[in-house]
Amino acid sequence: MSISKTHAGFGNWLQSRWQTVVSGIPFFWLLLFFLAPFFIVLKISLAESIIASPPFTRLLDWSGGGLPTLKVSIDNFAYMWEDSLYVRTYLSSLKIAFVSTVLCLLIGYPMAYAIVKAEGTTRYILLLLIILPFWTSFLLRVYAWMGLLADQGTLNSFLIWIGVIEKPIRLLYSQFAVYVGIVYTYLPFMILPLYANMEKLDISLQEAAADLGAKPVAGFFTVTLPLTLPGIIAGSLLVFIPATGEFVIPDLLGGGNVLMIGRVLYSEFNANHDWPVASAVAIALVIVLVVPMMLYHKVQAAEALRES
Amino acid sequence: MKAGRSRFLLGMLCFGFAFLYVPIILMMIYSFNYSKLVPVWGGFSTRWYSELFQSEEVWNATMLSLKIALLNATFATMLGTLAGIALARIHKFRGRTLFTGMISAPLVMPEVITGLSLLLLFITLNQTIGWPAERGITTITIAHITFSMAFVAIIIQSRLAGTGQDLEEAALDLGAKPFRVLWDITLPQLAPGMVAGWLLAFTLSLDDLVIASFVSGPGATTLPMLIYSRIRLGLRPDINALATIIILAVTISVLIAGWIMLRQQRQMQQREI
Amino acid sequence: MNQASAYPWREAGATPFISIKNVTKRFGNFTAVDDISLDIYKGELFGLLGGSGCGKTTLLRMLAGFETPTTGSISIDGADMTDVPPYERPVNMMFQSYALFPHMSVEKNIAYGLKRDGVKGAEVKERVADMLSMVELGDFGKRKPRQLSGGQRQRVALARALVKRPKVLLLDEPLAALDKRLREQTQFELMNIQDRTGVTFVVVTHDQEEAMTLSTRIAVMDAGKFMQIGEPADIYENPATRYIANFIGSANLIPVTVIDRQQDKLRLQHESSDTVFEAISDQPAAVGDNTTLALRPEKILIDKSPLPDCDNNVQGTVKEIAYLGKISTYRVVTAFGETLEVTAPNQVRTSGAGHRIEWDDQVYLGWSSYSAILLSS
Repeated sequence: MSISKTHAGFGNWLQSRWQTVVSGIPFFWLLLFFLAPFFIVLKISLAESIIASPPFTRLLDWSGGGLPTLKVSIDNFAYMWEDSLYVRTYLSSLKIAFVSTVLCLLIGYPMAYAIVKAEGTTRYILLLLIILPFWTSFLLRVYAWMGLLADQGTLNSFLIWIGVIEKPIRLLYSQFAVYVGIVYTYLPFMILPLYANMEKLDISLQEAAADLGAKPVAGFFTVTLPLTLPGIIAGSLLVFIPATGEFVIPDLLGGGNVLMIGRVLYSEFNANHDWPVASAVAIALVIVLVVPMMLYHKVQAAEALRES
Repeated sequence: MKAGRSRFLLGMLCFGFAFLYVPIILMMIYSFNYSKLVPVWGGFSTRWYSELFQSEEVWNATMLSLKIALLNATFATMLGTLAGIALARIHKFRGRTLFTGMISAPLVMPEVITGLSLLLLFITLNQTIGWPAERGITTITIAHITFSMAFVAIIIQSRLAGTGQDLEEAALDLGAKPFRVLWDITLPQLAPGMVAGWLLAFTLSLDDLVIASFVSGPGATTLPMLIYSRIRLGLRPDINALATIIILAVTISVLIAGWIMLRQQRQMQQREI
Repeated sequence: MNQASAYPWREAGATPFISIKNVTKRFGNFTAVDDISLDIYKGELFGLLGGSGCGKTTLLRMLAGFETPTTGSISIDGADMTDVPPYERPVNMMFQSYALFPHMSVEKNIAYGLKRDGVKGAEVKERVADMLSMVELGDFGKRKPRQLSGGQRQRVALARALVKRPKVLLLDEPLAALDKRLREQTQFELMNIQDRTGVTFVVVTHDQEEAMTLSTRIAVMDAGKFMQIGEPADIYENPATRYIANFIGSANLIPVTVIDRQQDKLRLQHESSDTVFEAISDQPAAVGDNTTLALRPEKILIDKSPLPDCDNNVQGTVKEIAYLGKISTYRVVTAFGETLEVTAPNQVRTSGAGHRIEWDDQVYLGWSSYSAILLSS
């Protein structure tokens, strides 16, 4: 009797707290494995590098006995600021990500528009063809370009064969190769949000513009473009933010010739074992990207609100 | 005018698809090249395939990657579904803003940052509580769950946002308690979304190189890590063969899934008529 | 104003303003509009009436320029429009969804068409203000469309389409999105505005009452063809076919055989009994022909006592009554077997009992031989 009573009691408690249970489990996971790591990175970025294991000083020093002394050092950030290599790398990463985003938009926008204009099964197949590379290995798609761009690769052989060039030109391990790689791998991330946005576009609005005397080009700039702006923003941020911190593409296609912050972070950590500087690089990258990230979050929330 | 515009769109479409597919197709063709120098054609051969099948290293890496992908997909789907339900159905709880931020951030967060921060967490945990004793399959799986559950949550949330709350309210009205409603009404409705989420989480895990490189330890080499270590130094014909197998396997699965979905969609349309 | 200019379609030699000649539109194997010809005159408020999929919207979209005819030609005010793109036509359209640009204010929406024509700033301002006051939205210029009610949006759409002073205004289901009360009020506003601006209106609608109220003339469409074109009263009183008799208002249809004809006086026998009706008609039906007699419910008198003044008299039993306030509708099973629907005004207060017709009452039905319509097929 009493057992079943407590049982019912627990059951009732669970039922009345179902919202806490449902939201609490994933919340706890994310706090532990997503948010907490950031504070650890922040903490280490404020420590000093030493040769030991772990290779950094403690912020709270208990060695003096009694009250610990707090040791916060912004040396790592100062070092980054003074060494022009880091500043140049950040700027170079932002530039590469920005140009790639614009290129993705220029290629992706007409493609998304063409897919929306297609009908029935054709549209479905085209969409599947956009999504398909998204499911296949990212690494292997980058690798495919290594074969295409190599000195004796397909593109050079083709250009020599048609007589445009006489001997191979440097394509791989250049900035050009990095642009190609980023545009190539991130293009679906541009097209899919654009498609989702354009699909909802009311065609009668474009007809109304034509009816009121707007020629196709004027109609595009006054009606279609402003109305697809949320899709443009979402797609651009989905390309821009991860591209800024990209590591694999500059490493494989850019060789040592292209400065990108993701590579610097990786080598600072794995090759130089300088954890505090690597952490400071990461924190600085998050600070650089926090504005576009919040913008993306806002666009998504606005879109969700519009749908409900 | 109209014809000109549609010609431009068609041209862009062809260019875009050529851009997306030509490199992959060329890579697949060169996997049948006899020559050890990838871009130089030396006649048709399947020698790289047989070499691949004899490599124990490749086999071990594949098995490890599949194991992690399976574990990750299953746990990420469970956590992501709960998170998606919380986002779509619970409009007020403490820390909701933080929660939505933590769900949408991993979608765009550069992998190097996620990888680095998780590694530092594992090291700190190891020093303070002694767990995880060594880095490998467990740490990689935890890292993968953390970012793939966000993708699952977004899928689940958008599905729930699309369907009204009528069914759930009807069940409550008929006397079902909240967990009954969740189990009987919400979850069955979400089944297709959960399948999609599971597949996405599985793929994301199989695909990941950067995060796994950070949080893995000695002895645990996933397939992308193996591929990366080989291609860093240049083109390798055996990787062309491996790529061909992987891409064909993925393509066939996606086409089958796409075909099933298209058929379901058609059936639904017919029923509506 | 003389008779001829108010009803130009009644004149033999009048010049049409819009001329549609043998227009066909096919989408793949589907023929949406099937070889139709139509003349519309200046200042008309022309109604295109039909059910969904009848081709009325396709015809309207060909007038606007969104679709090109597969064969045939369209001209407006003497100029051939067949291949002119929408942005160069002297025609504007009010969309069923209103298609107001959500990212522009009401003012910007209305000014949009003027700016495309390169009208100067001051004039744009003045004409937009004029339009806003015409549709009584003077204070709403700065609002976005989503901050307006359905009726207000409808008026913005009308203002936006009229501000360019088009030769023809096309209206696609202009009142469909409004509730009943607002719809009735707006109908009269539309007629009023049409009268003041003198623009030729072509209205597509599926609502026959709306078409009857608004239009100078109506074309009834079905399966891509015109079933009948005429003034509202003409179509109502002289429907050409069973389809129209039923589509415009309602009608009792009685299958009959012609048994005698003296010029336009006919005697008709019910198909499955020996009851005989009298009718007056100029339809070319000969003795022995099988045809259909159509009777409007309001043209039949109903009483508990015989109706000696009527040319046609039948008896029956009341099976159903629907009380609608000012009128009631009765379904009466007649002695000759058919069930007839009859409407009659409720002239006596119900509490007065006695005179009132009740369920299962024996009643007399009667109608004049002028009231019965002989259908052509």
